[in-house]
Amino acid sequence: MTASDFILIAPELVLILGGLALLLVAAFAGDKVSGVVNALAALVFAGAIVALTITAQPGAWAFSGTVRIDSFSTYAKYLIFAAGIVILALAPRFYEREGYRSEYPVLILFASLGMAIMVSASDLMTLYIGLELQSLSAYVLASFTRTDSRSSEAGLKYFVLGALASGMLLYGISLLYGFTGTTSFDGIANAFGPEPGLGLLFGLVFVVSGLAFKISAVPFHMWTPDVYEGAPTPVTAFFASAPKVAAVALLTRLCVEALPFGAPAWQQIIAFMAIASMLLGAVGAIGQRNIKRLLAYSSIANVGFILIGLAAAGNEGAREGAVTSVLFYLTVYLVMTLGSFLAVLQLRTADGRMVEDMAGLSGLWKTRPGLATAIAIFMFSLAGIPPLFGFWPKLLVFQAAVDANMLPLAVIGAIASVIGAFYYLRIIKVMWFDPPAEEAFPIEGGAMERGLIAVAAAYVSVLGFALIGPLTAASTTAAASIL
Amino acid sequence: MIQTIAFYMFAVVLITSGALTILSRNPVHSVLWLILAFFNAAGLMLLLGAEFIAMLLVIVYVGAVAVLFLFVVMMLDIDFAELRAGFVRYLPVGVLLAVVLAAQLVFALGAWYVGGVQLAGRLAPVDPSVSNIQAVGELLYTRYAFLFEAAGIILLVAMIGAIVLTNRPRTGVRRQDVSAQNGRRPEDATRLAKPGVGEGVEL
Repeated sequence: MTASDFILIAPELVLILGGLALLLVAAFAGDKVSGVVNALAALVFAGAIVALTITAQPGAWAFSGTVRIDSFSTYAKYLIFAAGIVILALAPRFYEREGYRSEYPVLILFASLGMAIMVSASDLMTLYIGLELQSLSAYVLASFTRTDSRSSEAGLKYFVLGALASGMLLYGISLLYGFTGTTSFDGIANAFGPEPGLGLLFGLVFVVSGLAFKISAVPFHMWTPDVYEGAPTPVTAFFASAPKVAAVALLTRLCVEALPFGAPAWQQIIAFMAIASMLLGAVGAIGQRNIKRLLAYSSIANVGFILIGLAAAGNEGAREGAVTSVLFYLTVYLVMTLGSFLAVLQLRTADGRMVEDMAGLSGLWKTRPGLATAIAIFMFSLAGIPPLFGFWPKLLVFQAAVDANMLPLAVIGAIASVIGAFYYLRIIKVMWFDPPAEEAFPIEGGAMERGLIAVAAAYVSVLGFALIGPLTAASTTAAASIL
Repeated sequence: MIQTIAFYMFAVVLITSGALTILSRNPVHSVLWLILAFFNAAGLMLLLGAEFIAMLLVIVYVGAVAVLFLFVVMMLDIDFAELRAGFVRYLPVGVLLAVVLAAQLVFALGAWYVGGVQLAGRLAPVDPSVSNIQAVGELLYTRYAFLFEAAGIILLVAMIGAIVLTNRPRTGVRRQDVSAQNGRRPEDATRLAKPGVGEGVEL
């Protein structure tokens, strides 16, 4: 443990110290200063991004090999911190009516710290500690609106099922440790060698199941619609964005670094989860009337598409392209999801009530043409319809699957996209062709949020294609650093 | 030999009591089974040569379960008269359990003296000359310092969560005001009265 260890984890240190300082402010000054705390928390995220840029390393270990800093972790941390800033930007207006509480930004900071630890994990214990820090903050955030019974229910459900998933994960970790005598990823890979036994298989199944719960891949998705519907909308936006990036990055690193010899085993599992998630996400969304539930199913389906890329990484030859496609997909998914939730948060009536029912969207084209256009762009992009940017990552993961000789996976993915397009298009039909709803959504304040929506919409529209070059370069470097 | 016997005994009892913890209908029984499970897990740890963790399991978990037990007793509506009614009838079973526990203790100590179980494929073998506590201490604050501190943050988040979700500003609470207490003089609080004979004190 030397000074260089601390320099390597500078972004995490910024989050820890910033979080602790803001917690003190929150504790002594109370909810009167919640707006200031929120702005300062966003500043802490900005500081973490600066620290990340300064201390970025192509590949280094900190703290005796428990923490890995490389281009992969740096890439994921950029996504996580940027998502954190957006989440903080959209919270105060949502909580305006009941009173914004200053612990909220602090919890977001600590959750992001957990995610940063997750993506830097090169040891099973680091993995678990990061995951638990993120989850514990998430349980509290889910039930943050105490007066709303749906929010409390969401928190409790998430907590109980999350504890179950943690139990499975820990059981898998203990098996892996028991069979290898080490918890470090490299050590596990070395200990098993090219002839992995039953021990590896058992450990792998449990660890992957535990992580699949966190990314809500089918068959571990049951909690998702209920929790997404019940949790306050900014928290739902948070759940659907940054933690997904962290957990997918973690799963990718675990599979590629710790279990390269178990690839035939995890490839099967992940391919199955990919197919099941895509199909269930597409079919399950059709009957939904609540926008948040619909977006929950949409996120399940998108995780399925991301897992196609990860499954393709099971083939040694196609690994780099596959991991690149996963990172690229995550980047675009993050913007599409945050944009959709930002747009949903605009559906607020004059008396401050949030509208979550899809009928509330009808005729939005007449009342808020700009918002309707933005939502249409997000929906077309989520559906992966060609001129929009959401099409590109889907193409990349299908390409990775084809390169890895997994053509059926790509075909099923394409079919699921078509089924999924149905419900995305239905939202657009409701907005454009149905008579306007009685409730209007007046534009008042929140210029920053509307600006963010515009930026996100521009990014996922045709304009995003201008970014393909730098994004591909960055994600390829990141993918190469874990291989 | 004694290690193998002890291992299977602990393992069987551990799994059985774990299953009974979630299967028994009476919450008090569940808690008792849980305690048995912890004792047996501690026995397994002892077999591995991890006597420090074994002691921690007994002290921390069994101690915590005692508190949990208290909560269960306080929060659930359990008729203890009914529970106690079968005391004599269940006495043989209780004695049997006690005998089993005592036998386990003997086995565990015996196996511990013989030496730890050999684990397959150990990458980092434990130095037999170093005691458990020393080995843990040497690693905890050096190699795993970051994880140790991060675990502290987890506990902090747990505390924030508990306070955020349950603490609400109450009205009509009488708070302690130390300066007011200290500033109070005897003449504010007491009064000398001199009642006449047969009149009593007027308050």
